[in-house]
Amino acid sequence: MIRIFKIAVRNLMRYKRRTLLTSLLITLGVLMVILFSGLSGSFKAMMIGQITDANLSQIQIHKKGYVSSMDSSPLNLNLNSKGYAKIEGILKSHPAVDAWAPRIKLGAMLSNYSETTNIRLNAIDPEKEVRVCPDVGNRMTFGEKGQRKELIRQGEVILPDKLAKGMKIRLGDTVVLVANNKDGSVNGLNFVVGGITETVVGPQGKEGYMHIEDARSLLRMEEPEITEVAVRLKDFDMLDTANTDLESALAQFKNKVEKPVFEIHTWEKLSPFYNIARMIDLMAASMKLIMVAIVLISILNVMIMSVYERVREIGTMSAIGTTPGKIMGLFLAEGITLGLISIVAGNIIGLGGIFLLNIYKIRFSFGRMDNLLLTPSVNVSELLWLSLVVLLVSVFASLQPAYMASRMEPVDALGHV
Amino acid sequence: MALVEIENITKNYQMGEIQVQALRNITLSIEEAAFVSFVGPSGSGKTTMLNLIGCLDRPTEGKIAVDGKDVSTLDRKQGAIFRGSLLGYIFQAFNLFPVLTAYENVEYPLVMVKNESPARRKKHVLEVLNAVGMINQKDKRPDQLSGGQKQRIAVARALVTRPKLVLADEPTANLDRKTAVNIIRLMREMRDEFNTTFIFSTHDPGVMEEAEVIHTLEDGRLSHSKQRLASVPEGKNDSNI
Repeated sequence: MIRIFKIAVRNLMRYKRRTLLTSLLITLGVLMVILFSGLSGSFKAMMIGQITDANLSQIQIHKKGYVSSMDSSPLNLNLNSKGYAKIEGILKSHPAVDAWAPRIKLGAMLSNYSETTNIRLNAIDPEKEVRVCPDVGNRMTFGEKGQRKELIRQGEVILPDKLAKGMKIRLGDTVVLVANNKDGSVNGLNFVVGGITETVVGPQGKEGYMHIEDARSLLRMEEPEITEVAVRLKDFDMLDTANTDLESALAQFKNKVEKPVFEIHTWEKLSPFYNIARMIDLMAASMKLIMVAIVLISILNVMIMSVYERVREIGTMSAIGTTPGKIMGLFLAEGITLGLISIVAGNIIGLGGIFLLNIYKIRFSFGRMDNLLLTPSVNVSELLWLSLVVLLVSVFASLQPAYMASRMEPVDALGHV
Repeated sequence: MALVEIENITKNYQMGEIQVQALRNITLSIEEAAFVSFVGPSGSGKTTMLNLIGCLDRPTEGKIAVDGKDVSTLDRKQGAIFRGSLLGYIFQAFNLFPVLTAYENVEYPLVMVKNESPARRKKHVLEVLNAVGMINQKDKRPDQLSGGQKQRIAVARALVTRPKLVLADEPTANLDRKTAVNIIRLMREMRDEFNTTFIFSTHDPGVMEEAEVIHTLEDGRLSHSKQRLASVPEGKNDSNI
């Protein structure tokens, strides 16, 4: 076997320039896929991380019908304490669930005493919220130096950066929030601006934050109500399985007309970034497809040329007793060797490129998010898959020319001019 | 029993709409350890005859037995296995593999055909390279060797598997007279040393005189055969078989 590959390497080196150019082309294809996968994977992971760990959480549970009308923050679709208890019962018993947190979503009027605008607010239980969205505090800047212990205190509001800038509101300023409760009556309370939060992509990315108890006071709730329950799993890869389990567990709760009481959504259904992520996956798949085409056409071309250039040699091999199977093996070994050399070169250069991109960091803006930092990486399993695909395509591309060589009649091949 | 038994073979080729008879009703036999030449002008059927004996091609009619085995019906794979186990080949254009050294060219049949152990391979290769006087050139590639040296390597490659029969199609056509005669004499020495039957084709009168049995082909027919005794001076020992 080693001898066959040794002969294959020598045969490839007969036409050094052709082999080099073909190998370079395949190497370039592998390099492109590695770099694109590294960059797009890093971008996707960072964005999904921002969305699930610093804003939406991984899963949200609402009263049925809330998500379809969430733009108006309908307070009549809140969950009462009985509903919340039922959800908690389900979440407690599921082994994949790590943490959950109640939230109230509301719309309000914000005034700095000279200007007024509308604002969407996310009222949270700060201790529970950091367990479902551990990075939410990283988006916030507070008046005190360094990160403070509490995410939000009662009597404080955290405003989105663009809104605060537009209304010239600074940390420590007092503002008024005016909100309608679900009966339509209006209430207003003063709040101190305790922090500024960065905008993230998505419909809930421009929300301000307040304490859940303050929201209950502002909305004059007689009984505690919540809008949603945010859920974090122990393992993000369990998202689909856990979502399906929870969905079926929640489906047991029906209303008077036998319709489900709750609805459950993963972040994918709540954030428009999911479609961008799918587009990125599609582009990555397209890159891989282009690479497969490059490998296929390059190796097929080289191997067909190689067979036609060596017809007499094939005749000689056959005449001195080389069986058709071994002749096929020799040509297959050439295609595989060409693929292998390119895989190794592509992987080395690709990993070098990823390493360089991590040294010379790439910063970019996405939507209203600035100064995002890309840290591209590729995992070993992805590299192995990529290498395996290139290798399989190399074998596939060599099959037809190798078969053609093995089927040559020795007497015709020896007489070839 | 003769090593090669040819019975009434005919070989027709279809060239467009014309059928060409390359060989017509030939019957002959070749004994073991013989040194035989097929001679005749271009197109007389010499190469076709060697191709049929070497089961590279199949006769249209008739039967060829080599070492008692009917080779006229072997398929591509069976033919290759048969050639690998029993035959050696020497070509007019040497047909050495350009990417391999002289040593590796000789070793090739042992790697790809016989699958011998590395130690046995080395022993056999060095033995035949020594026998053909090319041991000092073993690390050279074919493009670094002269025509005569290339053919010596080709002879060594043909002999390294210890075949019963070596077929050589115009082995001297690309060589000058002196080298050609040397190659034929080398082949005869190898016959003596390894007891291998050699069948070669030539149209060179100087070379054909080195053969012990000469079969003359004309227009696909065996016009005559004669046997010469190698120990008797040339021109004195011709006798029709």
